Amino acid sequence: MSPHSARIRPRRLSRAFLHRRPTHLAGLTCGLLLCTVLAGCGSPGVGTTGTGSAPATGASPRTGSASAGADLSGTLTVFAAASLKSTFTDLATKFESDHPSSRIRLSFAGSSDLVTQISEGAPADVFASADNANMSKLETASLLAAASANFASNVLTIAVPPGNPAGIGSFKDLGRSGVKVVVCAPQVPCGAAAAKVEQATGSTVKPVSEESSVTDVLGKVSSGEADAGLVYVTDARGAGSKVTAIDFPEAAKAVNTYPIATVAGSPHKELAAAFIALVTGPVGQKVLLAAGFGKP
Amino acid sequence: MTTGPAVFSIDAAVADRGISVSLELADAETVAVLGPNGAGKSTLLGVIAGLLRPSSGHAELDGRVLFDAGTRWVPPHQRKIALLAQEPLLFPHLTVLDNVAFGPRSAGASRADARRAARHWLGEVEALEFAQRRPGQLSGGQAQRIAIARALAAEPDLLLLDEPMAALDVTVAPMLRKLLKRVLAGRRALIVTHDVVDALVLADRLVVLDAGRIVEEGPTRLVLERPQSAFAAGLAGLNQITGTVTEQGLVSADGMSISGVLDDAAVPGEPGVAVFRPAAVSVFPEPVHGSPRNVFAATITDLEPHGDQLRIRAGALAADVTLSAAADLDPAHGAVVYFVIKAAAVVVYPAKTGEAL
Amino acid sequence: MRGAGRGHGTITIPLWIWVFAAAGGFFILLPLAAMVTRVNWPQFVPLVTSVPSLTALGLSLRTSAVSTVLCLVLGVPLAMVLARGQFPGQRLLRSLVLLPLVLPPVVGGIALLYTFGRRGLLGSSLSVLGIQITFSTTAVVLAQTFVALPFLVLSLEGSLRSAGTRYEAAAATLGAGPGTVLRRVTLPLVLPGLASGAVLAFARSLGEFGATLTFAGSLEGVTRTLPLEIYLQRETDPDTAVALSLVLVLIAVVIVGLTFRRTTSGLLKSGRTRDA
Repeated sequence: MSPHSARIRPRRLSRAFLHRRPTHLAGLTCGLLLCTVLAGCGSPGVGTTGTGSAPATGASPRTGSASAGADLSGTLTVFAAASLKSTFTDLATKFESDHPSSRIRLSFAGSSDLVTQISEGAPADVFASADNANMSKLETASLLAAASANFASNVLTIAVPPGNPAGIGSFKDLGRSGVKVVVCAPQVPCGAAAAKVEQATGSTVKPVSEESSVTDVLGKVSSGEADAGLVYVTDARGAGSKVTAIDFPEAAKAVNTYPIATVAGSPHKELAAAFIALVTGPVGQKVLLAAGFGKP
Repeated sequence: MTTGPAVFSIDAAVADRGISVSLELADAETVAVLGPNGAGKSTLLGVIAGLLRPSSGHAELDGRVLFDAGTRWVPPHQRKIALLAQEPLLFPHLTVLDNVAFGPRSAGASRADARRAARHWLGEVEALEFAQRRPGQLSGGQAQRIAIARALAAEPDLLLLDEPMAALDVTVAPMLRKLLKRVLAGRRALIVTHDVVDALVLADRLVVLDAGRIVEEGPTRLVLERPQSAFAAGLAGLNQITGTVTEQGLVSADGMSISGVLDDAAVPGEPGVAVFRPAAVSVFPEPVHGSPRNVFAATITDLEPHGDQLRIRAGALAADVTLSAAADLDPAHGAVVYFVIKAAAVVVYPAKTGEAL
Repeated sequence: MRGAGRGHGTITIPLWIWVFAAAGGFFILLPLAAMVTRVNWPQFVPLVTSVPSLTALGLSLRTSAVSTVLCLVLGVPLAMVLARGQFPGQRLLRSLVLLPLVLPPVVGGIALLYTFGRRGLLGSSLSVLGIQITFSTTAVVLAQTFVALPFLVLSLEGSLRSAGTRYEAAAATLGAGPGTVLRRVTLPLVLPGLASGAVLAFARSLGEFGATLTFAGSLEGVTRTLPLEIYLQRETDPDTAVALSLVLVLIAVVIVGLTFRRTTSGLLKSGRTRDA
């Protein structure tokens, strides 16, 4: 066990376990695996250099704008929307190698779950939301240390099973009778976005199911039960070959913006600012872009 | 040995319980099956009722085949054989009336007809007043009376009774026995019991079952007066010695001679049985001599009260003495005493061989 | 004799047992109480009588009722066969039937998807006939039945075993055929067990979430049962979620209360046999 592999372990808090459906356990397991793999890849180089010496990569002077040069230490707890799992795990690894005496604990869940947890006093330093609505809930409750910064955007795409059996080619095709479409419920961000697109285009989709999470939409599509589902570009990309993404121009009508902020009362404000700087800075943007996110 | 042509016959074996029995029943005959615990009495009833499958054999009732090893098997509900168990087993969710009406209903009678029949049979067992009660509101004796009515209401071609009084209070049993005597009169029934009184009162014929085999059978009185098996002798409360008939009486296999009165059928030199009542035995601390008497030295193995007398056991033999006589005798375990029996009190009769059964 | 258990015995329970028992009781009751404290009482009635709430409640009650009937239709024979039958593989069948009890419901949902889904074992044939079960109320009922069936089977099989076969044997010798015995003796005798099994199955159906979400989807009035509605409302409207949760808890309390009363009174009744 290298010291590094133990550092970045996105750990859901027990509350998250109690709240979330078991479906997400699969996601959690994947996250853990992914993380272990990433940490395992990164550890040999860093592990041998030791914590005392400066990292050879020299990335820290560029990213740590707020406190350039200072050796940041401590454990930063980051609550991030589930859709950020792979990118934030990646960025946390980078951050830790830039600041060897720091540790980042990641907790992924639905944005509204995270808001609930933070409101109930969960010890989060940084919150990265999948939409502004959830972020403003914290803002309204005076639970933010500073104004949030937008760091990414996401648009909807049509996910279809491999081979596209229903022959979906455009957003309008979703309104065809007999096409089984699954969307997110309007109560969750991806569903709100879908409703916005519908409104903007004037075409209605009659879904066979309104799921509570993107994962469930993807599950219904990848299993072939549904002919199509409306998910974010990043979700479709994350699902790999299990679904095919069909981008559509109308998606631009509902661009989802991802804000990030330091949570009020965080004892690691400097560390938090450094991490936010990494996410909003060029390194973070490159990673996010690669995962399919758009500019904020 | 039946009292008429057989209407029921069974010749069956249950291999895994070591039971092999051949039995016949005449019309209107009640047969008591007695035997020690584990002799296979209940198993026999189970086989007849159809609740157990014999490993081989054949049974018929009124010319209907009940089972014929491997080829025919009539399920219990088509046999018209009712089984009255030790416990009444009244259906707890039905009223007494509907319990009794269960048989007629199952046979296809209308609800009204079935209830009419049930009332009739409740009247027969003098339990009409309980008609609307639930079984949970009855005493053990009442419940068993209802169970009898229920079995009779099914109008079985053969009634099986499995120790129907064993679970009852001793004060209730005599009343129920009287009831059974009345309702079993003229009926074909097979009653398993461990109580010789049941056999005497209820049965025309007695069958003794031991270790899965019939060891003795015959008219109840004959079996009790002239028991062939040690079990039957025990039932009849008689001391029994088996051996060879002599001119004076009998000589046992181990050479003990006993004088007695020979039965007409007893032939000297043939196998025979000698019996005498424990009450006919006098017990003395010293050997006594006198005209025709049998004297045996006996080592006391057990002492137990028996009515207003004391029963002194010495191995297989027993003597009943009055308590005042016992006080004089001051018997103790292991003490050697002398059993004295008048020859006139000993009856010697032929032993039946296996073929005679 | 049998009534001995009813009186107060003189055998005392060690004190520490009481302590742990109290802790156990609190462990269950405290979260429920905590939830009650979060209920927005002034808004409670409007929240639970909103159209989506009532639609979800109605759907839940309807599907659970149908599932319970389905559980009875399938579960009673299954319990009979397990309790009374003798056939090879009986033990294996019993273990397999109980499997949904220990499976995470989501696994049940996935299994149902692979069975009745469009590309599933049976579903592919059904879709040729133009029948798609996924996303329909039928799927909800199937998911509920799948998870609830073991409750009924387990409860009934236990009752059948403890009732024994003596009454059935007595009925048979009185001329009752197997069908009559089942109808007039066996089922009435195990009625308390059957009732509690059915109520448990209903309660389990009412609470079904994971399998429904995975297999049936979530659409108001069609597949969105009360637990799914609660889960969804939690995203934007925690007050409604808490209020509906309380409704579900109340229904569960009533159901459990009914079962408990029935079974205990049934036991007392059957315990009162003979003993003159």
